[in-house]
Amino acid sequence: MAKQIEVAGLDAYYGSHKAIEGISMTIEPRSVTAFIGPSGCGKSTFLRTLNRMHEVIPGARVEGKVRLEDQDLYGPEIDPVSVRRTIGMVFQRPNPFPTMSIYDNVAAGLRLNGRVSRSQLDGIVEDSLKGANLWNEVKDRLARPGAGLSGGQQQRLCIARAIAVRPQVLLMDEPCSALDPISTLAIEDLISKLKQDYTIVIVTHNMQQAARVSDRTAFFNLAAQGQPGKLVEMDETSKIFTNPAEKATEDYITGRFG
Amino acid sequence: MATPTRTTESGPALRRSAFRRSRGDGPFRFASTGAGVVLLAIMAAIGLFLVVKAVPALQANTSHFLTELTWQPNATKPVFGIGALAFGTVLSSLLALLIATPVAVGVALFISHYAPRRLASALGYVVDLLAAVPSVVYGLWGVTFLVPFMLGPSTFLNDYFGWIPLFSGESIVGKSMLTASLVLAIMILPIIAAISREVFLQAPKMQEEAALALGATRWEMIRTAVLPFGRPGVISAAMLGLGRAMGETIAVALIFPATFKISFQILGPYGNSIAANIANGFGEATEVGRGALIASGLVLFLITLLVNMAARFIIARRKEYARAAA
Repeated sequence: MAKQIEVAGLDAYYGSHKAIEGISMTIEPRSVTAFIGPSGCGKSTFLRTLNRMHEVIPGARVEGKVRLEDQDLYGPEIDPVSVRRTIGMVFQRPNPFPTMSIYDNVAAGLRLNGRVSRSQLDGIVEDSLKGANLWNEVKDRLARPGAGLSGGQQQRLCIARAIAVRPQVLLMDEPCSALDPISTLAIEDLISKLKQDYTIVIVTHNMQQAARVSDRTAFFNLAAQGQPGKLVEMDETSKIFTNPAEKATEDYITGRFG
Repeated sequence: MATPTRTTESGPALRRSAFRRSRGDGPFRFASTGAGVVLLAIMAAIGLFLVVKAVPALQANTSHFLTELTWQPNATKPVFGIGALAFGTVLSSLLALLIATPVAVGVALFISHYAPRRLASALGYVVDLLAAVPSVVYGLWGVTFLVPFMLGPSTFLNDYFGWIPLFSGESIVGKSMLTASLVLAIMILPIIAAISREVFLQAPKMQEEAALALGATRWEMIRTAVLPFGRPGVISAAMLGLGRAMGETIAVALIFPATFKISFQILGPYGNSIAANIANGFGEATEVGRGALIASGLVLFLITLLVNMAARFIIARRKEYARAAA
């Protein structure tokens, strides 16, 4: 259920502004890859190019190649809708559908993808909520609104919603930045569990988090404000945090960054 | 992960509450309370005036006001009732709403989520402009163009869909319930579209992206993230439109055949509404006739009130979700 992503020479634009430039990397299946870097370095933008969410913003476009195993995601015959079905996403702020119940939130993606029988749906909703470590907390109130949960529970609900459609890859854009430490821990445990089945990419501002959850880490930086962000280096997380190859990486992770 | 905020050790000295209130708070409170009271007083005075005027006419009535269909308050033995008028008002407004709302929602969605940005702003401007056109203009257009034009489509409907009770009947005319409803629909369409567009534009980007990231097409995204969010707003817009349609006077007074008959045959020469009847009849009304018309106005007010309450009820039914979303 997990696939490798290969990126080659990727540039992304907002209108005429080039946000990221010349990014090439390989993201391994069944592992957690973390993107770190200062604000505005384009790591979230890059993440959104991986499931074609970048182009949702008016005027945004991408140049370069992203391959999921043997498929070119930006190929002319590829439907962006099917890309997003294959590569799921969890956002910075928990965003369950406010008018839907907990059950309907998890089932939302499945209902989009076509007819599923009620009993099948019940099973997938339960599996997904269990997969997101939320089942025990909500199993008695599945018909209650999803927006009534706590922030951490909402974020796990969003993860359950994302994995319910059985994606190949799960992209997470700072999934814990709006959560308290206990909820953060719950999400981090979940990430470690999910990587057995999925390819996970996580953007984080929290370097301890990157060190705790990820197998490989990519450090992004930008030369100056207004310049495009670039990939500085990518390596095993233990190597990035103990013995990085680049001076800029070392400066950033040790906090000696301007 | 919020950092604890530091409090200053010596803040500004606390002031006595009387001192604070004297600085503009009192006059403002007086002015706003006064405005509220005056509004209520005016409303009560109008209501009282209408009731006082209506009661003698109702007492002179020789038939039952709520069920009688004919309207002859100016006769020596006044006979009048609200039945046919209320029926015509409600039916024409509901038909107008049924025709206008889907189109208006479509227009609003096109402007908010489909059209390219420049086309969207131009269209939005046109819709706002249409909402400001006086209703008499729609009425005149209805009489001079739509009434003769509708004869063809109405005959077609009667010929091929006459088995549907709404389209049945022997005599087919241009000045029909359907034509009046169409004019009303065109009249209330811009206001419903304008409000719906504003609501749809406020649909949270977060939810739209959540739907797209699940692999939703644009229409599926609108169905999961935009329409549920906009539902209360669209209902409010539709109710505003319904209120406008029910209160509309001149446009329909020009078109309605002014008969006093309850009939669902919307292509036939039947139909009238409370507001149109007031406009047509007030000039030559006697003392009792005026009272009767005022009484009918009170009924219109009651109907509008009921519609608004129903709308609030519909919106409040999903309050649990609405509150959670806020």
